Amino acid sequence: MTTEVDRTTSYDADERGWFGGPEHGWGGRFMPEALVAALDELTEAWHDAMADPSFVAEFDAILRDYAGMPSPLYHAERLSRQVGARILLKREDLNHTGAHKIRNVLGQALLTKRMGKTRVIAETGAGQHGVASATAAAYFGLDCTVYMGAVDTRRQALNVARMHLLGAKVVPVESGSATLKDAINEALRDWVASVDHTAYLFGTAAGPHPFPSLVRDFTRGIGDEARAQCLDKYGVLPDAIAACVGGGSNAIGLFTAFLEDEGVAIHGFEPGGEGVDTPRHAATIHAGDKGVLHGARTYVLQDADGQTIESHSISAGLDYPGVGPQHAHLAATGRATYTPVTDAEAMEAMALLSRTEGIIPAIESAHAIAGALRVARELAEEKGPDATVLVNLSGRGDKDMGTAIEWFGLGRTEAEVSDDVTEEPVG
Amino acid sequence: MSAGTTTATVFAQARADGRAALVGYLPAGYPDVAGGIDALRTLVDAGCDVIEIGLPYSDPVMDGPTIQAAAQAALERGVRTTDVLRTVEAVAATGTPTLVMTYWNPVERYGVPQFAADLASAGGAGLITPDLTPDSAPEWIAAADEHGLDKVFLVAPSSTDERIAMTTAACRGFVYATAVMGVTGARTTTSDLAGPLVARTKAATDLPVGVGLGVSNGDQAAELAARDGIGADGVIVGSAFVRCLLDHADDRRAGLRALGALTEDLAVGVRRG
Repeated sequence: MTTEVDRTTSYDADERGWFGGPEHGWGGRFMPEALVAALDELTEAWHDAMADPSFVAEFDAILRDYAGMPSPLYHAERLSRQVGARILLKREDLNHTGAHKIRNVLGQALLTKRMGKTRVIAETGAGQHGVASATAAAYFGLDCTVYMGAVDTRRQALNVARMHLLGAKVVPVESGSATLKDAINEALRDWVASVDHTAYLFGTAAGPHPFPSLVRDFTRGIGDEARAQCLDKYGVLPDAIAACVGGGSNAIGLFTAFLEDEGVAIHGFEPGGEGVDTPRHAATIHAGDKGVLHGARTYVLQDADGQTIESHSISAGLDYPGVGPQHAHLAATGRATYTPVTDAEAMEAMALLSRTEGIIPAIESAHAIAGALRVARELAEEKGPDATVLVNLSGRGDKDMGTAIEWFGLGRTEAEVSDDVTEEPVG
Repeated sequence: MSAGTTTATVFAQARADGRAALVGYLPAGYPDVAGGIDALRTLVDAGCDVIEIGLPYSDPVMDGPTIQAAAQAALERGVRTTDVLRTVEAVAATGTPTLVMTYWNPVERYGVPQFAADLASAGGAGLITPDLTPDSAPEWIAAADEHGLDKVFLVAPSSTDERIAMTTAACRGFVYATAVMGVTGARTTTSDLAGPLVARTKAATDLPVGVGLGVSNGDQAAELAARDGIGADGVIVGSAFVRCLLDHADDRRAGLRALGALTEDLAVGVRRG
């Protein structure tokens, strides 16, 4: 199952990576000259590959046979009854390695092979993109080095072990705040020195051109599949779609197929952390300012002098002080709406989905669930029970059990999970 | 500042003297703003011909551990963009052409026209922009032209001849050739990529070509400057200077002495070429 949707949209970047044209200036390429040749080479290889039916067919076959695509579109009936509207979940949590990220890394690694490079590098926050990159590298027989903030290697020891088992080298990054943004800096430093034989598997739809568009092309299967599945099963398009937005790869992967469907409201939910009225959040579009970070002009959490401010989210995968430039463009044009969801709301949604559907979502995805429930309640009032909200369940929550144990006090004989979520009347 | 002393005239004078210019880099605000000014003035007194002042930034993707450490310490002490401009003013007052080397976001945040105006009024000569290439820089080019500021863009061993032509055409002051594929940091040998890059750059422009990344002693400076060899018009030194300060973090005077001694060694080196 792939796409009958037009490959291009009116929200695409121009050939130099500007979303909305250079005068609006989202995206672009703010990079050292030393990397420009490699980015040009990558751009050309990506264009060639996407126009080559044999590449596209190979990518589709790997996604199907190795990674389990297409992921199901699941009608969450008990949850739907609670909110009075139809909630559809795009089950990216069922993919190999447990999240949408496998699509991006398999696409980029296949492109790496095509370009004749033998080594890949990647950055990772919680380790999900690192594990996915190590997986793709193992699949294709490529050397793999993953840069990970030293703070994160301690918080996510299990993922470090996974990467090791998969044969990747993990380099703890001590510089700066020793988290995701610094891991990106260090990966870029590696790339400057290794670019002749190394590809940088960028983990999200951000960074310099062509990454925002290239990553979108490899993740847009989420929306292409979901749109076709929804039409096929229900004969209608959803009224609204929802995804969480950190860097924004799962969100752009879902949104792209629906951008030209004017009747479909598009919602991105940003990590509101402890609240956007506190300094501890990562709601970049909601609370950031226009700036340049990691090669693109986008919204950035920054101080008055343009120094990047450390972000916070309970979800490591959303904990990034920038955002993909196409999201900045979609926000600026009004095509998509970006709203914060706090740590507490996300954790509540995590518990709710676990107990009503038997699905433990990643905390990232729980942000999308929490936001989608808000949207669904509003739509239910307007349209009644036929209102449909399609949510990207971008990943599963196994990796987040440590956080959940701490948050809910799980594992005690009398667990202190709020009982509110189960005792609400169902239906 | 003596009238008429510009980056261009300093390079021209060095060329007339049959030697390369010595270009010295230190970040502003390390160990603190006043200490940074003292260190930069030491570079001037001991023989640097052109000064580059680094604007500390939270995400310096082109810098190796040495410069990162100093810049981060400066940020942790609270250095501001206005402190950098204050540092420029203090150093430019010596009459030595003084450029700012900065990642792009702090300039954009300050406001490009305003930054250009304030840099010019501080006596600054221009900007070196490691993550801004001319094809992404229309606003900076316009502002620099309005204020007569130097626009120093980088060329790299990976640059195509086409891009070298485009980049050098947009430069004023000099062209910054990054002679290794890698981040800043002192290296024991100069790169064999330097020679071909300098030659390709000189084929595209009459502007002076400064070669940077990795130089840490007078012998390396001489090798880069050699007229019958690589033929750099300028030898750019950064990390090795920063290292002098980091290694003497507990004794500023010793740090300044080390800085002065290294500068003198390098100044001899650029004259041996």
